[in-house]
This record gives sequence, C-alpha cells and structure tokens, in this order.
Amino acid sequence: MVPFLELMGFGPRGWGAAMLAAAAMTLAVSVAGFLLGGVVGSLIAWAKIAGKRLVRVLADGYTTVLRGVPDLLVIYLFFFGGSAMVTAINRDWFGGQGFVPVPAFLVGMLAVGIVNGAYQAEVFRGGYLAVPKGEIEAARAFAMTRAKMFRRIVAPQVARFALPGLGNCWQLCLKESALISVTGLLELLRQAQIGAGSTRQPFEFYLAACVLYLAITTVSGWGFAFAERRTRRGVARA
Amino acid sequence: MDPAFILEAFLRILPGVPLTLQLAALSLAAGFVLAIMLAGMRLSGIAPLNAIAWTWIFVFRGTPLLVQVFLIYYGLPRFVRGTWAWPYLREPWWCALLALSLNTAAYTAEILRGGFLAVPRGQIEAARACGMSGFRLLRRIVFPIAIRQAIPGYGNEMILMVKATSLASIITLMEITGLAQKLIAETFRAIEVFVVAGAFYLFLNFVITRAVLAVEFWLSPHLRDAPDREAILRPALANVH
Repeated sequence: MVPFLELMGFGPRGWGAAMLAAAAMTLAVSVAGFLLGGVVGSLIAWAKIAGKRLVRVLADGYTTVLRGVPDLLVIYLFFFGGSAMVTAINRDWFGGQGFVPVPAFLVGMLAVGIVNGAYQAEVFRGGYLAVPKGEIEAARAFAMTRAKMFRRIVAPQVARFALPGLGNCWQLCLKESALISVTGLLELLRQAQIGAGSTRQPFEFYLAACVLYLAITTVSGWGFAFAERRTRRGVARA
Repeated sequence: MDPAFILEAFLRILPGVPLTLQLAALSLAAGFVLAIMLAGMRLSGIAPLNAIAWTWIFVFRGTPLLVQVFLIYYGLPRFVRGTWAWPYLREPWWCALLALSLNTAAYTAEILRGGFLAVPRGQIEAARACGMSGFRLLRRIVFPIAIRQAIPGYGNEMILMVKATSLASIITLMEITGLAQKLIAETFRAIEVFVVAGAFYLFLNFVITRAVLAVEFWLSPHLRDAPDREAILRPALANVH
C-alpha cells in the first residue's frame, strides 16, 4: 500500500499529475456548461418576461421539468439519446453505417448547460424583476432605444442582482460535472475511479478527489464574493 | 413515441418507486435529526463545537454527492472490515442511505440555522419575562417560529433529495433511475424512457411541493387576512329574519 502523499505526488508511483489534469477537465466542462447555461438561461428568462402566452407556458414547462428531474436522467438522455439520434441521422441522410458516438465532452457540456440554464433563467428573471420600474420609465423618457436601454440600464443591474444566484448555479455546475463520469469523460471523479481500480486504494483517490473539489469550490466562492463586492461599489447598504 | 412502449416502460419503472421513496424519506428523517444537532452546534457559541459543525457543512456542501457515495461505498470498507459496522457498510443500500443522510444534514443544518436566526429577539425576551427558559422556551417559542421560517427552504431540500436518490443507481440499487438506465441500455429508446422516468419524479416533486405549501399555509394563520366577519355571521343573520 502506497502512502497517501506518495500516491498523490508526482513521483514514479504518483498520480498527482493525472489528478490535476482531470481537475482541469472538470473545470473545463463546468465552465463550458455554465456559459451554455448562461445563454440558455437568458433566452428562457426573456421568454418568461416578455414572451407571448404560448412562449411563456413553454418556458415555464422547461424550467419546471429540468429542475424537477434528476440530473443523472438528463445525462442518460443526452448520452444514449444523442448517440442514437446522430447514428440515425448519419444512416438516413448520409447513408453512413454503424454506431456514431457523441463526444463525451459535448454530452457533458450539453447536459450541464441545459439543466443549469433552467436554474439561471430563474436567477436572471429575479434579477430583472428587481430593477426599479422608475429607471426603465426614466430611460424611456430619455428616448433610449430598447437595445440602448438594455445595455445601459437593465443589463448592469441584472448582473448585480443576479450575481449571488449565479454563484449558486456555478456550484451546481461543478457538482453536476461529477455525474458526467458515467459517460466515461476523463474528469476528476472518473480519474479517481480509474486510480482506485488500478491501485486498489479507493479511499485515497476519493479523498483526493474530495480535496480537489473543495479547493475548486472554495476558490471560486472567493471569486464570486470578490465580484459581488465589486459590483456593489457605490451602492448604499440597507 | 409509441404508446405500447410507453406503457411497457411505465410498468418496468414502477417497481422502482418504493425504493426511491424509501431512500428519500429515511435519509430526510435521519438528516433532519443530525441537522438539528449541527445547527445547535453552530449556534452554541462554543468554539470547538462550532468548528466541527462548520467543517462538516463545508465538506459536505463543497463536494459532489457522488464522490461522497463512492468514498463511503468503496473507501470505508478497508477501515470497518471485521467490525460491527461491516455487515451494514457491505450493503449498497446502507451506504447510499448513509451518504444521503450525512449530505442532507449539512444542507438542512444551514436552512435551520437561518430559521433560528430569524426568531425575533423580542419574542425570546418576552418568553423569558413570562418565566420560560431552557427546553420550554425552545419548545413553545423558538422551534415553532424557526420551523415556520425554514419551511420554504426545507421544501427545496426535500425535492433535491428525491432527485439525489437517483445516484443510488450508480452503486447498483434499482430505483427509478436505475431501472430507467437498464431499460435504455436494453432498448436504446432514451427519449421515451426519459419521459416516463421524468414523469415519475415530476409527480413526486409536485406532491411534495403541494404538501409543503399546505403545511406552510397551516402554520401561518397570522399572515392571512382576517376572516370576513359578515360572511361568518350571514347564516346566523339569515335565521334572525
């Protein structure tokens, strides 16, 4: 049995480099999913705020379903359903043969982004509702166009109000990325599983994974706290 | 979308519902008891107790639940083999339950702590002035107010736990997601199976949401409008004429 520090070190028997690389993959898939979630979330929030009745109902359905169903099911849907769909398209439209797998990173990014988009939509909507009505009226009185009003008045305030909620969404992203390990993507948890299997020291590997996840969540928590302080400069505290 | 297959999927996944409910209910119950202890430690003002509870909450909220499940299921056996705990930790059911309970305890403790901090100081002072102290003060004044404050947050946690039970499928337990995954692997009809399994979770969560709203309504009579006196008196007045 290899001692913990040697096992997680960078020597000949050390898995440190592999674990750090896997942590970078975790970060990459989380960031990609979070950004996709931002795009999806703002579109859904827009649909909820300004959409016609049918659009609003669809957007409400989206957030209800994706927040009410386990993330793991969504990942299975994209993993199995995505491959089946791509295989079918390849067969029917291009006359291709055989099974076409979807890249695991793409599955992970889509699954994380689609689910996180549902959470971010609610955060953005809450942020928009917190913008004082008078400021919008004042902007109209200055004859700002909708685009200019959005850029100058709405967006900066929504960003400020939404930031704490977005921090929570980011933490959800990070934790959901661990579930992507079921698709075989070599992220932190998958790497820990591989190491645990080949060295028969599962406790050390999962403990190291825990420590790395904690480091990522803690540092990004600081980052969000810093960003919150910055966006609140000049705002009187109640 | 083939109705015959949807029905088949429904019948194949239905047997997983009891296990999902069992894991969610037992871990919520065990987690709640632990959470009261943790919240108490956080608020005790005793530095070592506060530090222990803070660390617990920091670790369990800062790492993915799946890592915690693996750490318990694969990592602990080395330390408990041959002890009294081994017959339990050998079973995936107990490991899943343990991981879910410890995890929800951390989240629930913070929800409860928020509830306790929201108890107005004046209420406690008034209770002390009436001669209440210790457990009686907790039971009559602090708990009812704190619990009522914490209900919306706790409702969210209950829904998260129902969803979190899906991770038990990764350590071989055949609950809703486990059966769904097996069915997808057999038939490659991911969309239909997703719709059916998702509908089960949405139904469970819908029932929980309604129940939590009902409890919240029942516990906040003081926030509702006063009843319409005339409407109450109308039958009586009708008899007068």
